[in-house]
Amino acid sequence: MGENGAGKTTLAKQLNGLLKPTLGRVTVDGDDTTKKSVAQLSRKVGIVFQNPDHLLFSETVREEVGFALKNFGFEPGVVVKQVERTLEALDLAHYADTSPFLLSGGERKRVALAAVLAWEPDYLILDEPTIGQDYQQKERLRNFILQLNSQGKAVVMVTHDVEFVAECNPKVVLMSKGEIVAQGQADEVLSDDGLIEKASLVKPQMAKLFSQLSEFGFPRDVVDVHRAKMLLGEKLSEVRVRVAQSS
Amino acid sequence: MAGTQGEVIAAHGLGFQYAGSTSKALEDVNIVIRQGEFVLLTGPSGCGKTTLCRCLNGLIPNFHPGEMSGELLVDGVSVAAETTSELSRKVGYVFQNPENQLFALTVEKDVAFGPENLGLTREEIRDRVDWAMDAAGTVALKDLAPYELSGGQQQRVALAGVLAMKPSVIVLDEPTSFLDPRTAEEVMAAVDTLRRENGITVIVVEHRLDLVGRYAERIVVMDHGRIVADGKVEDVLDSEFDRLSGLGIGLPKVSVLWSLLKRDGLVSERLPTHVESAVKMLSERLRN
Repeated sequence: MGENGAGKTTLAKQLNGLLKPTLGRVTVDGDDTTKKSVAQLSRKVGIVFQNPDHLLFSETVREEVGFALKNFGFEPGVVVKQVERTLEALDLAHYADTSPFLLSGGERKRVALAAVLAWEPDYLILDEPTIGQDYQQKERLRNFILQLNSQGKAVVMVTHDVEFVAECNPKVVLMSKGEIVAQGQADEVLSDDGLIEKASLVKPQMAKLFSQLSEFGFPRDVVDVHRAKMLLGEKLSEVRVRVAQSS
Repeated sequence: MAGTQGEVIAAHGLGFQYAGSTSKALEDVNIVIRQGEFVLLTGPSGCGKTTLCRCLNGLIPNFHPGEMSGELLVDGVSVAAETTSELSRKVGYVFQNPENQLFALTVEKDVAFGPENLGLTREEIRDRVDWAMDAAGTVALKDLAPYELSGGQQQRVALAGVLAMKPSVIVLDEPTSFLDPRTAEEVMAAVDTLRRENGITVIVVEHRLDLVGRYAERIVVMDHGRIVADGKVEDVLDSEFDRLSGLGIGLPKVSVLWSLLKRDGLVSERLPTHVESAVKMLSERLRN
């Protein structure tokens, strides 16, 4: 996370060799990225860029999603199965024979994601995946990411969407002016005024709320709605009991 | 110049089906928007919000062919009786991705493009360009190339270009998508100021209610091509909370929190839509 121009996408592109470092080294599973081609690195590291229109070109969604698999040399039978599975997982099966260009912006984003997920890279990098997605789609995306993560895949998300990050509560790396300025759990980082300021972000609503309720003894590092409800619920019940007792 | 009693947009039984599609994108849409209103148009992906907006400036049916039914009046005139270029003088459209609407060599040239094509005098063009760039906060950018700008700057330049046409309505289709939260706030605040100072009617299509909710007075919710809720933001959020949740609308987290507390009988006030009102209500309760 970080302001526009902080270097997030530049860093992301280092991870599959699209960009090579001018100083220092980047390795993927021990392999130096300067010693491998982008095609070789892509087998393990998949990047889904922000603007799906920079990626989509096929006549149908099915062809789009199968393209990389074919290029990696998968058997036709495997390609068909993988494509079906991926389309199902991303709720795109009904669009299989539709042109990607007839779909809405949010739907095209899902097709781009499907096109990369199809070959199941070990490391998945998502550049602003929530843009143009409605809440339900974001929920599905979140569950999907958590599922991939539980299957042992690494997921790196470049995003501004603090509320989405608050719900996922991942490890957060904050960047500003080309440097990493902080790393930590989302609830710690996103509730820290100084860090938020530095990275030009805004606090998630729950963090904003709790930072103004500290006089009542609440912790500040609350970003999740359910935790917020639990903490407030306890105090409000206490107050209710006190009021009832004193009357 | 508005139609009946300051009605800037009036739709009666409006329907639309894209050519080659098997279902209606808009069905029986009835809505009246008055001059100076700030309307938040929302709904799940595919509900018809962008389709409705495209009908307002003639992109539908002129660039997106299909079958239109019912009636749609902009400034009292039926859209069927006007060309896209005529409608674009009344309805300005700022697209989601500013990259899609900026193309000139410099910001100033881009903003001037619209008025130049209206056949105005040089002085009039100059005036409009100066006013629009100032109103959108882009004067400092005037000699830069649009592609050199950040997303937020591009969005503001796109807005300036639209303003230079002096439309009575501005439609912003998910304008904050490509912006960081800070810039999103700034752009929304700028749009609201423009509205209040110039009487421009604003329609913002947005999934993220927390970003626009504080500026919009009215919210219109769509689902499957129909309008399913229409009213003041606080009223609709409070009375239709469960339904909106079910539709997958991105409700402000404070509203979600409140509905959870309300369900347990711990609070009874109306759902707050922003943090400030929630802080106030909670502090009062907790100080007892």
